[in-house]
Amino acid sequence: MATLDSKIPEGPLDEKWSSYKEHAKLVNPANKRRLEVIVVGTGLAGASAAASLAELGYKVKTFCFQDSPRRAHSIAAQGGINSAKNYKNDGDSVHRLFYDTIKGGDFRAREANVYRLAEVSVNIIDQCVAQGVPFAREYGGMLDNRSFGGAQVSRTFYARGQTGQQLLLGAYQALERQIGLGNVTQYSRHEMVDVVTIDGKARGIIAKDLKTGKLERHFGHAVLLCTGGYGNVFFLSTNAMGSNVTAAWKAYKKGACFANPCYTQIHPTCIPVTGDYQSKLTLMSESLRNDGRVWVPKSAEDAKAIREGKKGPLDIKEEDRDYYLERKYPSFGNLCPRDIASRAAKEACDDGRGVGKTGLAVYLDFADAINRLGVDVVKARYGELFPMYQNITNQDPLKTPMMIYPAVHYTMGGLWVDYELMTSVQGLYALGEANFSDHGANRLGASALMQGLADGYFVIPYTIGNYLSGDIFTKPIDLNHPAFVEAENAAQERMQKLMSIKGKRTVDDFHKALGKIMWEYCGMARSAEGLTKARKMIQDLRKEFWSDVAVPGEINDFNPELDKAMRVADFLEQGELMVVDALNRNESCGGHYRVEFQDQGEAKRDDEQYAYVAAWEFTGVDAEPILNKEELKYENIKLQVRSYK
Amino acid sequence: MKFNLKVWRQKNANTAGKLVDYTIDQINEDMSFLEMVDVLNDNLVRKGEDPIAFDHDCREGICGMCSMYISGRAHGPQHGATTCQLYMRKFKDGDTIYVEPWRARAFPIVKDLVVDRGAFDRIIAAGGFVSANTGQAQDANNLPVNKDDAEKAMDAAACIGCGACVAACKNASAMLFVSAKVSHLALLPQGEPERNRRALAMVAQMDAEGFGNCTNTGACEAECPKEIKLVNIARLNREYANAAFASETQI
Ligand SMILES: Cc1cc2nc3c(=O)[nH]c(=O)nc-3n(C[C@H](O)[C@H](O)[C@H](O)COP(=O)(O)OP(=O)(O)OC[C@H]3O[C@@H](n4cnc5c(N)ncnc54)[C@H](O)[C@@H]3O)c2cc1C
Ligand code: SF4
Ligand code: FES
Repeated sequence: MATLDSKIPEGPLDEKWSSYKEHAKLVNPANKRRLEVIVVGTGLAGASAAASLAELGYKVKTFCFQDSPRRAHSIAAQGGINSAKNYKNDGDSVHRLFYDTIKGGDFRAREANVYRLAEVSVNIIDQCVAQGVPFAREYGGMLDNRSFGGAQVSRTFYARGQTGQQLLLGAYQALERQIGLGNVTQYSRHEMVDVVTIDGKARGIIAKDLKTGKLERHFGHAVLLCTGGYGNVFFLSTNAMGSNVTAAWKAYKKGACFANPCYTQIHPTCIPVTGDYQSKLTLMSESLRNDGRVWVPKSAEDAKAIREGKKGPLDIKEEDRDYYLERKYPSFGNLCPRDIASRAAKEACDDGRGVGKTGLAVYLDFADAINRLGVDVVKARYGELFPMYQNITNQDPLKTPMMIYPAVHYTMGGLWVDYELMTSVQGLYALGEANFSDHGANRLGASALMQGLADGYFVIPYTIGNYLSGDIFTKPIDLNHPAFVEAENAAQERMQKLMSIKGKRTVDDFHKALGKIMWEYCGMARSAEGLTKARKMIQDLRKEFWSDVAVPGEINDFNPELDKAMRVADFLEQGELMVVDALNRNESCGGHYRVEFQDQGEAKRDDEQYAYVAAWEFTGVDAEPILNKEELKYENIKLQVRSYK
Repeated sequence: MKFNLKVWRQKNANTAGKLVDYTIDQINEDMSFLEMVDVLNDNLVRKGEDPIAFDHDCREGICGMCSMYISGRAHGPQHGATTCQLYMRKFKDGDTIYVEPWRARAFPIVKDLVVDRGAFDRIIAAGGFVSANTGQAQDANNLPVNKDDAEKAMDAAACIGCGACVAACKNASAMLFVSAKVSHLALLPQGEPERNRRALAMVAQMDAEGFGNCTNTGACEAECPKEIKLVNIARLNREYANAAFASETQI
């Protein structure tokens, strides 16, 4: 069994981080130049970490699979980033942000980590503004804020609907500056295919040069995985096409524990699936629920008539509509949290009252807002979103209600890390969405960007020194060391195996089949029976994959199909672990909803038995993983039932 | 819907490429252009042929990765949209569609429709940043910024680095891209200290990468999916002239 030492510093909650920083070991500048750090991933977490470490003097190598570090998936974030600046004078504070985040996560996150996150949130905004990130401003020249779900204060900073893009470009520019100065070497179109460990410590990676198909060995005194989330295990999600679990999964197979894999966030307002050809789902910002009212017809007959095209939404009279969020959650109404709004949409559709051709959609109606405020105000308020919706669906949301349906959006689970962001493998760190640390069982809007940048700019620069100070005498390890050779050979064999199957089904076929299983049984509502069935189905699908997948092209060439096959092979293993985790957690909390554990449709947590982090340990692909538990101790807040009624 | 496609196929930078004909059937008008290519590739793989290589990632019009030259236009016929945001309903049933890569000396072809845009990264590395090390920042509201300037800076900062401006330009000039970054930072007080150096260094790198000269044709603005405006190029010219002739800054 792994030993999980969370290394939470002693002392009062609000002094832990400063006391940690005061006592952390330091590395002197001359030694830093001799220490090499590998950063895999150049999203918010990776780019900010790499730039900051290079500024400190470490020798850094960065990797991403896109053609430029600027294209990491973080670029797509729209809404904003939280920070406890209290610029609005509305009573915000570090403690309040801490509390909202813990509560939003349904009391399944670590107190000390979340408190630190809230503390450094303040520095993030300062740093980004200094870099020239063009945040929205008021006429007086000060920074503007908006409100987001799960908070009663206005603390979300934003740059139009492109906050992720602007924050990432800020971090990317800082990274490019270090590349220009020769402190960072960047490897674009490179995919990490394994971690190399020597004597229990991470010492490098095997990377595939996607342009040539060749494998390369890279040494590092430490390795940082900033590789994002695994939402694409569902095939359809709001994630970018290339987002994958491979890096985290290889780390898991080399001894890093994978924590809470079943915690996934399903976002309620996405454009619904329309056909099998569809490759991804598009998010419609949460902010739309400020003015949009969600409804379905009261009767299944009306819904059927709509699905068959015999009626339209405008034919349904006011009294025949069910504004179900307003009915069920009168105090929060259309603005209840994401997990709750998603489940309610699913219930309505399961009830036969879904709309759209497939019956898997509900209406988000702006008619009232337009009557109240006028078309122009509504249009201005949601800027880009309406044209974007219209471009994709060919329908005008100003004339007919939008159709939306929940879609997979974010994964709270990830590699287990301690307070220093180190995984259970020495010298191997995980930052950003790739780790599990701060969001518990449900993430609040605008807090993923905050976490990625907190990890990269303000946490890792301090914590890595504490480890590397003990490693200053380690010389770069020869790339012909058996551990490098073995890891490379294993990766090469895996590629050759995939190429040699020459089966009949395409990689996407398998990926879609896996996605359907995950969505059906490990999506918005889960049951022991369904999960047990799903586990067997995934195992069967995995076997079929390894005997019938078709991968065209050549091995030593630019071959995106092979790259995809390698990712899907890992998803086929990781999906099973998600199911195992969901089956183990006999409670409902946040994004994890087990139908057996509910109170009239509301999630029922079991703090007695499940107030722990489930950190899984690998024992073999077809073997049972070991469950390690990190008890969550709440010393500063009281566990409560989350109610939004 | 049914289409005749003529797609550029090229094994790598060292072999010659050519247009290859494909027909594709049963295309739904709600498919995106890339989903149509997905279907074509799926057919090719099932037949044991090599699928068409193309770049893409977010499929939301924001990462800047997708890059197809469609029937003579960068990102295709729809104004203000990337290839991934182009839908098949923009075409007529039975259309013949040409699909080619970005063509520019500074963007060598990797395979089929995939090109190497590393030159853009190197231009940013030369000066497209504010030198503010982590931890040095003052409180964000200590530096008020005029709202109009902030909005203009944001307009310029919206560039996604896709390279359509280069592909659309008969000289393969990168002026629109470079001017967008120079403008973004020149419009903000944070960009002030390095203003001269930035303009000189970025332009020097742009020239070193082999991009062509700007002759004010405006094709870049017309094809830019993020509607980056030509005024940025005018601003870059001013910034450059100030730095080169009215300052003592050297790079
Ligand atoms: C549509 C959308 C909107 C969102 N809006 C918001 C919002 O408004 N506010 C908010 O707080 N959050 C939002 N989020 C969530 C947030 O954007 C992400 O959680 C966050 O950006 C993740 O950042 P990251 O740095 O951890 O990873 P990513 O940005 O996903 O970066 C991953 C990096 O790892 C690299 N990589 C991955 N695997 C490998 C490998 N095997 N080898 C080499 N490189 C690899 C990739 O190339 C990439 O550079 C949104 C998410 C989506 C999908
Ligand atoms: S200026 Fe426009 S066309 Fe050129 S790279 Fe930027 S977004 Fe693309
Ligand atoms: S795929 Fe990202 S912009 Fe088109």
